[in-house]
Amino acid sequence: MSRTTDYLKILKDGVWTQNTGFVALLGLCPLLATSNSVINGLGLGLATLLVLLMSNVAISLIRNLVRPEVRIPVFVLVIACVVTAVELAMHAFLPGLYTVLGIFIPLIVTNCCVIGRAEAFAFKQSVARSAVDGIATGLGFLLALVLLGAMREVVGQGTLFSQADLLFGAWGQHLTLHLVDDYRGFLLAILPPGAFIGLGLLIALKNIIDARIQRRAAAQPTAVLQEARA
Amino acid sequence: MRFKTVTSPHILQDTRVGQIMRRVLYAMLPGIAALTWFFGWGILINLTIATTVALLAETAMLAARGKPLALHLGDSSAIVTAWLLAVALPPLAPWWMTMIGVLSAIIVAKHLYGGLGYNPFNPAMIGYVVLLISFPREMSTWLIPHGLDQPQAMTFLETARAIFNSELPARFAPDALTGATPLDVLRTRLGLGKTVTEIRNSPVFGIVSGHGWEWAALGFLLGGLWLVYTRAADWRIPAGMLGGIAVISSTFYLINPQHYAPPWFHLWSGAAIFGAFFIATDPVTACATPRGRLIYGAGIGILVYIIRGFGGYPDGVAFSVLLMNIAAPTIDLYTQPKVFGARHR
Repeated sequence: MSRTTDYLKILKDGVWTQNTGFVALLGLCPLLATSNSVINGLGLGLATLLVLLMSNVAISLIRNLVRPEVRIPVFVLVIACVVTAVELAMHAFLPGLYTVLGIFIPLIVTNCCVIGRAEAFAFKQSVARSAVDGIATGLGFLLALVLLGAMREVVGQGTLFSQADLLFGAWGQHLTLHLVDDYRGFLLAILPPGAFIGLGLLIALKNIIDARIQRRAAAQPTAVLQEARA
Repeated sequence: MRFKTVTSPHILQDTRVGQIMRRVLYAMLPGIAALTWFFGWGILINLTIATTVALLAETAMLAARGKPLALHLGDSSAIVTAWLLAVALPPLAPWWMTMIGVLSAIIVAKHLYGGLGYNPFNPAMIGYVVLLISFPREMSTWLIPHGLDQPQAMTFLETARAIFNSELPARFAPDALTGATPLDVLRTRLGLGKTVTEIRNSPVFGIVSGHGWEWAALGFLLGGLWLVYTRAADWRIPAGMLGGIAVISSTFYLINPQHYAPPWFHLWSGAAIFGAFFIATDPVTACATPRGRLIYGAGIGILVYIIRGFGGYPDGVAFSVLLMNIAAPTIDLYTQPKVFGARHR
């Protein structure tokens, strides 16, 4: 296997096959709690992506120095440091988003997918592969957050990218799309039950897509065979 | 001489699903008539909207799932769901609200879980709770019943315009049409420190409970008793539920009659009677064992009282039914009847 295809497989695993939000169902707490709008989802997703990348790289770097018996406390310390750094950076550069996301930024430290990737991947793999895995897992989580956020925002408020200025500065105010004029709002989608129902629907959608891909893959060889016979 | 011999089954009662469902519909008629008398055309318009949407959604979902249409549409279960929901909605609920409620009931609560017989939650109550959570303001705006401060009832056209165009007739003052329900009045005034006797003097109350509401409750009681008589509903569930309400409300009433409404008021107001005979008795989502059904009913009754007395909503039948739906399989597990002759250690 060449290096590129290897990295592509890690990427595909992280974003689709082993997606944190839709398949592994790790980190449900931030996923369900902060996905009430696209921007909130995007903000927390990017922060988690950054944490995953840095913690994976750091843990992969020290994997030969740390004895396996003490690896979990070491993971916790590394992740806590990284999260604190990201939190302080967000407080400094994106104060609006920092206020909106509130407790969920420090809580990235408890996101099981961060320590999960450290244990399952970074502690056993090279730095480059761990970095790719961190990005892939982070992108998968980001995808889940943004999709769920978009769904809940459209159904709940009839908008997309509201409060984009929190993330992109002043010009972000023009990004907000009002899809339906004079929308009454559908409170259920914004409230926690809406997060559970929305996540369920997205998982169902992913399963449908997977089943379709599988059926197509199963149909392919027979077609080739028939062609060969003809 | 030869006697005519017949093999079992000897009970020649028609117990097909469709027959039972249609009995539920007939049994609702007296209550619906009373509601229409006191709250006007809106009830009937809501019923029509709900039935139409439910049949369309049911047809679409059955077609999408590749099920035989005639068989499943013929069992009338979608109409029952639609009626149960429509009766619980405020008479002037905008048409899109009724539609959203019915769609969540039929599509999400019924067909996404596998259709009739597989749904763990009462579909009509899911539809109701979706609306109650999403549109609290619209859901708590009830018409003032006929014969109470209201000079003339709204005509059919005025009601239709209110439902489809959200236009209230100009001849009424804005707050002359709608008001708080009796349970809402009780809750807010108790919160203000009034005693039950003082609150009961308010004109929204009638002989036993709310003016107008008590007659609807009587209608539903008659229909419900007929359902029990024809065995379309098991007596244990309404008995358990009303018994639960009676026991817990009597306890609190005896402790402090000035702060807690009497048991007859609780039994006779809100959706207690309607819920006991029509909502809780749904054979799919209720318990299946005889003892389990008593416990299930009592659980609903106690939860209704707790939500009314100490919760954030004036009435709690929908939430209580859904909570007990969750508990139903567990209750069934622990109330299996003993097999005759079997020994238990």
